[in-house]
Amino acid sequence: MIAQTPILQLSAVCKRYGLGTAVETEVLHDISLRLEPAEFVALRGPSGSGKSTLLNIVGLLEPPTSGGLVLEGQRIDELDDARLTELRGRTIGFVFQYHHLLPAFTALENVLLPLMLAQGVLLPQDETLGRQLLASVGLDQALAKRPGELSGGMQQRVALARALARKPRLILADEPTGNLDSASAEEVFALLRRFNKEHGSACLIVTHDASLADRCARTTDLVDGRLAPAQARAISRR
Amino acid sequence: MVRMEGYMSVGRFALASDSVLIGRELAEDLGLKVGDKLRVSTGARAQVLTVTGLFDMGGREVNRRRIFIGLRMAQALLDLPGQVSAIDLSVADLFAANAVADPLRRQTGLWVESWMQTNAGLLNALSNQDVSNKLIRGFVVAIVALGISSVLVVTVVQKQREIGILRAMGAGRARIMRIFLFQGALMGVLGSALGVLLAYGLLALFSHFYKTPEGGAMYQAELDPALALAASVLACAVGVLSALMPARRAARMDPVEAIRA
Repeated sequence: MIAQTPILQLSAVCKRYGLGTAVETEVLHDISLRLEPAEFVALRGPSGSGKSTLLNIVGLLEPPTSGGLVLEGQRIDELDDARLTELRGRTIGFVFQYHHLLPAFTALENVLLPLMLAQGVLLPQDETLGRQLLASVGLDQALAKRPGELSGGMQQRVALARALARKPRLILADEPTGNLDSASAEEVFALLRRFNKEHGSACLIVTHDASLADRCARTTDLVDGRLAPAQARAISRR
Repeated sequence: MVRMEGYMSVGRFALASDSVLIGRELAEDLGLKVGDKLRVSTGARAQVLTVTGLFDMGGREVNRRRIFIGLRMAQALLDLPGQVSAIDLSVADLFAANAVADPLRRQTGLWVESWMQTNAGLLNALSNQDVSNKLIRGFVVAIVALGISSVLVVTVVQKQREIGILRAMGAGRARIMRIFLFQGALMGVLGSALGVLLAYGLLALFSHFYKTPEGGAMYQAELDPALALAASVLACAVGVLSALMPARRAARMDPVEAIRA
């Protein structure tokens, strides 16, 4: 059997802040992690364990202090800022804990934003795609609404649709349900799971919700900046 | 030097040997109309002339004190046959008057004086006014630049999170920079458009309210469209330049810090 090229591979990644100062802190120690295409992985850990920092590094939002990161077969230490930005836009879809939608834009405009940024202009088929994405998260009635007019769960579903606009191969979700009531949290999780299956996007979900993590194909625990051995399990059908 | 044809209210600016042109006010004061006779006396000589036209040069005193008669009649009345007391010359370049006057003086030996020498005080005042004008414009440009720059600095701080989100969604540093440069240019263009409209409005207002006693406009001010366009282009350039610093700041923002903000 031919080994699959991983979508993401981290090798001995360290992250230190305050380099060369008296308060130099290492928040990530020797992290090695591999994510296969279409994998659905939970990254679990208590507050302050370095989950968000790791997600930012994986999301190419900040560089590791040392170690290697290969995304879609591309070593990121070889890329300049412009190419990192291009790779990030093309490969990764972000879902943040607080939706982070642009308040002045409508739900549809927010969803179309990554396409607009990538292409410089919107093509006629883009709007159709945006409408389909919003319909797929159950928001076909809220296209013209601004984030302020939507509930927390709806905002997060718009953010999910936005993350999928460029059909990314990797979705990074930082506590996507952390700010939602249980019904909305369940909806958002189900949508993530559905997109993972339908589009084959790998998902790395940061959470400290054990029940949610348990329903992922694999759980990786991060404690004090170190990864505990991975636990694989059969995917829950719930 | 005045082109009198444009100031004639009755008749033409043409002088026969016995005709005289007088101002409107003088005609009223003396109860004269075109065709009437006027006795013109210089002290030494006098002559009865026919009023063939009335002029209005825009000033009451000028209209009262000045009359026009033929050259030969004037020479006869002033007892200066074949002579003139003064010749006015107009020059193509207003501020080259000295350069025309000096060689004329040397070549003719006559008493030649340019308007710049006659009105040295006025020239000085005009030059001072020009300097103040440039200073004021310079300060206005500096204030506009500071205004646009500080508004954009505040915008960059306020929009930190949005900048971070755009960066995470795939917007490069150059694009973020372009957004703020564009905003600076837009502020310049909108500001100048508003300024030009205001200038036209104020000019119309001034010429409506400030009138000469005769009811004419006191100021013959006009806004040259080329000047309005130049001001708009300058404002746009100032907008872009003022936006440079805030735009660089936005572009260099760390997306993680920006999103956390």
